[in-house]
Amino acid sequence: MTDVFTLPDVGEGLTEAEIVSWKVQTGDTVTVNQVLVEIETAKSLVELPSPQAGTIGALLVQEGQTVEVGTPIVRFGGTGGADDAPAAASGAGGQAGADAAAPAGGTAEEPDDAGGATLVGYGDRGGSGSRRRARRAPAAGSSAPAGQTTGVPADTTTATPAATSGAAPASAPPATPAGSPAAESGPVLASPGRPLAKPPVRKLAKDHGVDLARVPATGSRGEVTREDLLAYLDGAGGGGQAGAVAGSGPVAASSATAGTGQPERREERVPVKGVRKATAQAMVTSAFTAPHVTEFLEVDVTGTMDLVRHLKATGLLGEDVRVSPLLIAARAVCWAVRRNPMINATYADDAITIKHYVNLGIAAATPRGLLVPNIKDADRLDLAGLARELGQLIGQAREGKTPPSAQQGGTITITNVGVFGVDSGTPILNPGEAAILAFGQIRKKPWVVDDQIVPREVCQLAVSADHRVVDGETISKFLADVGAAMENPAVML
Amino acid sequence: MASPTHVGGGVNVDDLPHVDQPMIQMLTPEGKRVPGGEYERFAEDLDDEMLRLMYRDMTLSRRVDAEGTALQRQGQLGLWVPLLGQEAAQIGLGRATRPQDFIFPSYREHGLALTRGVPPETLLGIFRGVSHSGWDPQAHNLHPYAIVIGAQTLHAVGYAMGVQLDGDIATGDQDRDTATIACFGDGATSQGEVSEALTFAGTYNAPVLFFLQNNQWAISEPTTVQTKAPLHTRGVGFGVPGVRVDGNDVIATYAVARAGLDSIRAGNGPLLLEAYTYRMGAHTTADDPTKYRSDAETENWRAKDPIRRLRRYLLESEMADQEFFDGVDAEADELAAGLRKACVEMPDPDPQEMFSHVYSHEHALVSEESAWHAQYEASFAEAEAR
Repeated sequence: MTDVFTLPDVGEGLTEAEIVSWKVQTGDTVTVNQVLVEIETAKSLVELPSPQAGTIGALLVQEGQTVEVGTPIVRFGGTGGADDAPAAASGAGGQAGADAAAPAGGTAEEPDDAGGATLVGYGDRGGSGSRRRARRAPAAGSSAPAGQTTGVPADTTTATPAATSGAAPASAPPATPAGSPAAESGPVLASPGRPLAKPPVRKLAKDHGVDLARVPATGSRGEVTREDLLAYLDGAGGGGQAGAVAGSGPVAASSATAGTGQPERREERVPVKGVRKATAQAMVTSAFTAPHVTEFLEVDVTGTMDLVRHLKATGLLGEDVRVSPLLIAARAVCWAVRRNPMINATYADDAITIKHYVNLGIAAATPRGLLVPNIKDADRLDLAGLARELGQLIGQAREGKTPPSAQQGGTITITNVGVFGVDSGTPILNPGEAAILAFGQIRKKPWVVDDQIVPREVCQLAVSADHRVVDGETISKFLADVGAAMENPAVML
Repeated sequence: MASPTHVGGGVNVDDLPHVDQPMIQMLTPEGKRVPGGEYERFAEDLDDEMLRLMYRDMTLSRRVDAEGTALQRQGQLGLWVPLLGQEAAQIGLGRATRPQDFIFPSYREHGLALTRGVPPETLLGIFRGVSHSGWDPQAHNLHPYAIVIGAQTLHAVGYAMGVQLDGDIATGDQDRDTATIACFGDGATSQGEVSEALTFAGTYNAPVLFFLQNNQWAISEPTTVQTKAPLHTRGVGFGVPGVRVDGNDVIATYAVARAGLDSIRAGNGPLLLEAYTYRMGAHTTADDPTKYRSDAETENWRAKDPIRRLRRYLLESEMADQEFFDGVDAEADELAAGLRKACVEMPDPDPQEMFSHVYSHEHALVSEESAWHAQYEASFAEAEAR
């Protein structure tokens, strides 16, 4: 059995995954099927069980890194021996030299079609590639037919050995089979006809407004690879940050860019993916389907703060329970929802569905980005229960371990912008919900009480709501109720 | 309802006890045995030994299934289709069949396959991509897994019509009369093939059992968007009466399947048996069910777990003790370890094999392609030699 565990394709045709968190450490003894690591694919969070019993020799990929299927991620056996490490970083293999030296079967050796596309049914490219390769001549290295079901018979007859070597060092300019439009030159700058590239690469180029004919092609048939395009984009975007994108490390490209004398890091291009992408889509959906209206209210929350201080001092809710103003706000929202049920609803399919339960979402800035996990049936919990759930939710979010199930089925949301030291905002609704409360910072301000100006603890509340579902009256009543409860939590009793 | 007028005689659905009855249950989620009415006598065979056997079957199925999922996560399988939660439906049916019966599975029937004597490692071949089937269908009277949704229902009805032409029904010979079983799911009921199969089964009075495992989810589509009428009534308009059984109750599933199969072998025509169950896991390892269904729903079904309820019943009625359960668990672990070893060591097939089962006889074009491919493969060996 192999001593290296390579990243498997856990879906059908997934090409890459992010290492979210390691569940073991170097030196740990593990059993068969013990969970080693949690990864995030384009489809889901997945735990990978150990394929063998033994000792963890080394974790070859860091948390947060996105690597391709087939990349070694764990080495079993004794510690030491760092030779596996480079393979993890090189990923796509834009720099062919390093890849050619990568040990152990299973690394994806084709440089051309990696990354991005998630095509159901395309199968485990890395796995099948390695098995097939054993029978193939490494010297001939005609890698294309090995991995491709579409392998055209003509490949073997026209391509001379070494000509199309996917694993060949970069020193050999990628030649192309005779008869191909790009056959004459080595690194093709512009093919006579339409530049060659696979559809996902074309799409990416189109998305970035790049004319593929301008991108230096290094593919085995003279085609522009994803890495070529990313390297080109890096260059166009100001160089310097090569390697930040998809771990492709196009060193040559960035140094070439440096030669053009462009100032460094004037702009930075960050690929939109994962949680950022999901957030972007959700916000666009929400902003352009639900007409938002936002109302504001400034509230004296000294009563809330007194309660928080009292609960903290007495430990009434339990020793290990964290008490915060957010807890009282959460409670206040549940209470106000009960008095204004329409605020806790969904507009869809020409009907308004009123939820007689509160799955209370808390917008959380996590290491993975903005997530909105929710507390199920928050309205049925007592204060201690709510505090516990809130603590767990925040803890999970902070550790980046929020499960997908916690992010579904929310009915109303609180965004605690106050923790960032601001007063208020006009939040965008979590899609499918009718209201979101922005909870501003709490600070002492002069406040009029019984015609006297006294220092009180004050904060701003804002509610954005879906005007298709509720009108000003309901929104105002809801906001006023939340405010009243924050001002005097006793009203909730 | 009119009885169908057609070849092979008909069956008046009004005469059958099955239509529009509530779900048959004989073992409650709490492990309490309740009377099964007209089906009670079909459970008479289920003595202590048989019930222990079915417990073992279900536990081994679950363990094989868990190992399949793990092997996929480790890159040893391209895909795995979990059966978690559907053990009782499959074991209940499987143990109610007779050796001569022929089963046309979909692709989740791992438990059923075990009852037909298919070695579990053979199930992995198709998911590892080294085989198109893995077992000899004739040796186990179990057709290869059908990946195309619902297609196997037509194959099954065709086979049943063949059985009918061979005269292998209603002879009274227990070892000769043959039932055919078409396995499919709630999602497949939306496929045209299933309606076509029901049409032919009804009009020809084919000796076929439509075994519908309603696991509530067609990947991410709930049954509520697949059908307005309960699925066990789906066949009625085709002249195929239906009955619904608690598919997480192995005793009821066995008894109702037994009754249905006996009736079919006796020449009374087709039946539809809806086993009402739940897919506890993902549709396949490429699916993430948390994206479309709630934890509350899954938890609700977890309380109806098929294995746990039988375990309770066996314990409380003193038909089995802890020693027995421990023994089954140990056997399951051993089976899983063997399965893992067999999977990892599974040889790649000779590429020529892919040409060998296209036609039963020599075929000019296939031979030509086979020869070309052999030459193509050989060219790599030559390159290696250089």
